[in-house]
Amino acid sequence: MSEQATASILELAAITKTYQVKQGMFAAAKPLHALGGVSLRINRKDVVGLVGESGCGKSTLAKILLGLEAPTTGKVLVDGAEIGPRERRLLARRIQPIFQDPYSSLNPRKSIEDIIALPLVVHNVGDHASRMQAVTKMLDLVGLPARVRRGYPSQLSGGQRQRVAIARALIMKPEIVICDEPTSALDVSVQSQILNLLGDLRQELGLTYLFISHNLAVVEHLATRVAVMYLGQIVEEAPAAELFAGPRHPYTQALLDSVLTPDPALSVPDTHLGAAYPNPISPPSGCRFHPRCAQARAACKTTPPPHVVGAGGHVDCHLYGAATN
Amino acid sequence: MARTIDTIAEEVRTPSPVALLRRRIFGHYGLVFGITVLLVIVLIALFAPLLAGHDPYAQDLAARMKPPFWMTGSDPDHILGTDHLGRDYLARLLYGARISLAIGAFAALISGIIGTAMGVAAGYFGGRIDLIVTFLINVRLAMPVVLVALAVVAVLGGSLQVVVCVLGLLLWDRFAVVMRSSVLQVRDLEYVNAAKAIGCSTRRIILSEIMPNIANNLIVVATLEMAHAILLEAALSFLGLGVQPPTPSWGIMISEGKQMMLFEPWVIAIPGIALFILVLAINLLGDGLRDVSAPENKG
Amino acid sequence: MSDPILSVHDLTIDIPMGQGTMHAVRGIGFDLKRGETLCIVGESGSGKSLTSLAIMGLLPKNLKRAASRLEFARIDLQHQKPRQMRDLRGNRMAMIFQEPMTSLNPAYTIGDQLEEAYLLHNKTGRAEARARAVALLGKVGITAAESRLSQYPHQLSGGLRQRVMIAMALMCAPELIIADEPTTALDVTIQAQILRLLADLQREMNMAMILVTHDLGVVARIADKVAVMYAGEVVEQGTAQEIFRHPRHPYTRGLLRCIPVPGKTKPGEHLGSIPGIVPSLIGRMEGCAFRTRCDVAEAACASAVPERHTETGHAWRCIHENEGHENEGRVPA
Repeated sequence: MSEQATASILELAAITKTYQVKQGMFAAAKPLHALGGVSLRINRKDVVGLVGESGCGKSTLAKILLGLEAPTTGKVLVDGAEIGPRERRLLARRIQPIFQDPYSSLNPRKSIEDIIALPLVVHNVGDHASRMQAVTKMLDLVGLPARVRRGYPSQLSGGQRQRVAIARALIMKPEIVICDEPTSALDVSVQSQILNLLGDLRQELGLTYLFISHNLAVVEHLATRVAVMYLGQIVEEAPAAELFAGPRHPYTQALLDSVLTPDPALSVPDTHLGAAYPNPISPPSGCRFHPRCAQARAACKTTPPPHVVGAGGHVDCHLYGAATN
Repeated sequence: MARTIDTIAEEVRTPSPVALLRRRIFGHYGLVFGITVLLVIVLIALFAPLLAGHDPYAQDLAARMKPPFWMTGSDPDHILGTDHLGRDYLARLLYGARISLAIGAFAALISGIIGTAMGVAAGYFGGRIDLIVTFLINVRLAMPVVLVALAVVAVLGGSLQVVVCVLGLLLWDRFAVVMRSSVLQVRDLEYVNAAKAIGCSTRRIILSEIMPNIANNLIVVATLEMAHAILLEAALSFLGLGVQPPTPSWGIMISEGKQMMLFEPWVIAIPGIALFILVLAINLLGDGLRDVSAPENKG
Repeated sequence: MSDPILSVHDLTIDIPMGQGTMHAVRGIGFDLKRGETLCIVGESGSGKSLTSLAIMGLLPKNLKRAASRLEFARIDLQHQKPRQMRDLRGNRMAMIFQEPMTSLNPAYTIGDQLEEAYLLHNKTGRAEARARAVALLGKVGITAAESRLSQYPHQLSGGLRQRVMIAMALMCAPELIIADEPTTALDVTIQAQILRLLADLQREMNMAMILVTHDLGVVARIADKVAVMYAGEVVEQGTAQEIFRHPRHPYTRGLLRCIPVPGKTKPGEHLGSIPGIVPSLIGRMEGCAFRTRCDVAEAACASAVPERHTETGHAWRCIHENEGHENEGRVPA
């Protein structure tokens, strides 16, 4: 077991996901490569921040991890064992989601206690009395007063709803929690409460998080490792402290530049990201980032970037692969 | 930010959804009126034998075409008069309510089951199933209901059961269309994804996560289709291809009275008004339910 | 200095509701000069969006607006007929909404919509309107502007659509532009570009701008003046320097403690939070609305709250002076 503690609890091996997209009524379907070979290892008790612009594939990745979609090719391994697409129920005991919008993630027709207890019911855990006991425990754990249990989602505020969603995600004692923009729909003062709660729960329960967010300040605050996605590929992955101190990939640099820290002495930064986000149906040749990259060279337009493994992480970029020259 | 007003309201501690619903139902006059009238008609239908005072089939050729109470020459024993065979018109009207309600309810039930199953399957699974269902809906919409019903009843002969089955098998299109689009709206909401991620079976997701949230639409369509079925039954019976005489159906009453329409207009006015009130009440109920359950009204 | 272009005093907005009247905005005021940017910052339900709609005269009909003064360029907005308001809107005062997807009409081309915005208020030919549309699209950083005119909104990305929205708002060279969460629906990289664009254009065209947002990072970077709203009131108002370096109101201080600031908050450490919930705004309110969540509240907070000023115009509503620059160390210098 001691060896397992450092081994990766979750591993994605060369995951691809392709959708067939029709552009127009009579056009032939074209492949959209939402994920183009994503590999990622997540160690136990890590918080892996996954950042990138909308459309980069981070939500698709989350869906595959939750078993909501099957990858086109590639494998998902939990504790070294492959999880097939049909093993959703098995996956559900180990990986649970917290979604972005607490207004749509709770069934409005169900009482709070029914919502939180649903995973136990589905997996036939315990009898009614023990389930209700578990609900009481969870409500306490996420900081909700016991009186809300008979209420309905419409009676709760956004922050309270997100706490209910967290309670539902944790009642089966999963090891991995996929947080998909868990605070972006919340007010600033509520966001900090939820972030604190997620941090505390991780300490208390030894959880592993995959934390998907576009708010880099939040990712920096919570994550131990960060993976940066661009057009369905992870272009840089590194320990959080390293990545924020010295971003290597030009895209990571642009992302970090665009973070607006609340400092009145500074003005709005210029990210030098010239062109618009490319259409994933016809991604640019070579390095997919080259049309927007201020440091692009000739090779970037033609050759896919090398996979440069460094201390503790990797970056996919010509700037670092050519070190031998 | 249209949401501002909602969120301010949301911060105010809201009463429970049940209390809210109750308040909204009783604040909607059309709905209250519809429910009340429908309830009265249902009670009349249930207790027809006690209220009628006459056998609706008993003929009394000596007392034919007695006028109703507001006309001269009326018989106090027959408040709404008698028909051309001397049968008590009030008794026939009250028993007729049973036929109308039974046909409306059962036809809506059968078509509701068919349409909901098809619509939910199409909306939830999508893809090929959706294509097939959409095709079936289009085929069904291309068929003129009255003509098909006429043809079938002409072949099989008219009876209550046949009419119910024919209408039930013909009126599912709106259920399918509405259920399909309702499911499409709910299917991708995050609580459905959450249920999938929990490991819920497809059956549980449909029955306990999706259905409760689209049931309001189902109820609204059911009321409208019930009214539709009642009118169609009356039309078929009027044409002699629905429920067969001497069964006291309102359609048959209108049909039998049509020869005397010009001389004794009350003969068709009475069942006609009854039909009108029943259909109006059901439609008011449906509209009211739609207003009350509309998402924009949600607390 | 010149007169303010926009002057709002004692603005109140009431929403009649089943259980009583909701006082969504309760006596707020500010002045705005040409070339200035005012950021109204607050959380959902604070009344910040209603305030911007009230200035534009776009409140839903059942809401009641009242003010002791509501003037735009010396025009009393409270006594303008609907037709006169229409002449002002889009012409001399323009608005940019949050959602670029739904703010453009999908049935018309970009060019049609831009030209329409111009022709509504200017009696000129289509050619001139078209020329202006091309010029403005270029100005908001859209390449090949000529060919974009014949495109429909769905052919553009979110960032491009927001640029078109900005171009549309600028068609008649407004003196006041109100942007309600203009970058909330956009990616961080696009957000920075759009904000930069807005700031540059505002300087160049010497417009007054009101930016409504919940994002303190945006506020700090773009605002000249900041108004912090809580529960329908402006609880603190001042320059960006004053608000971020020397916040005086406990709510402002609380908000600033809530956000993780790279380099200042240690990764993983607890963020500050504001316990409790926003009070109900239905019915009469006495005293400070924030007192139920405030960590320095006293019994006196339940009665009238004084409005305090410094000589530079930094104003806050609190019974405390709140000297001490408690937030100073937390913002990167």
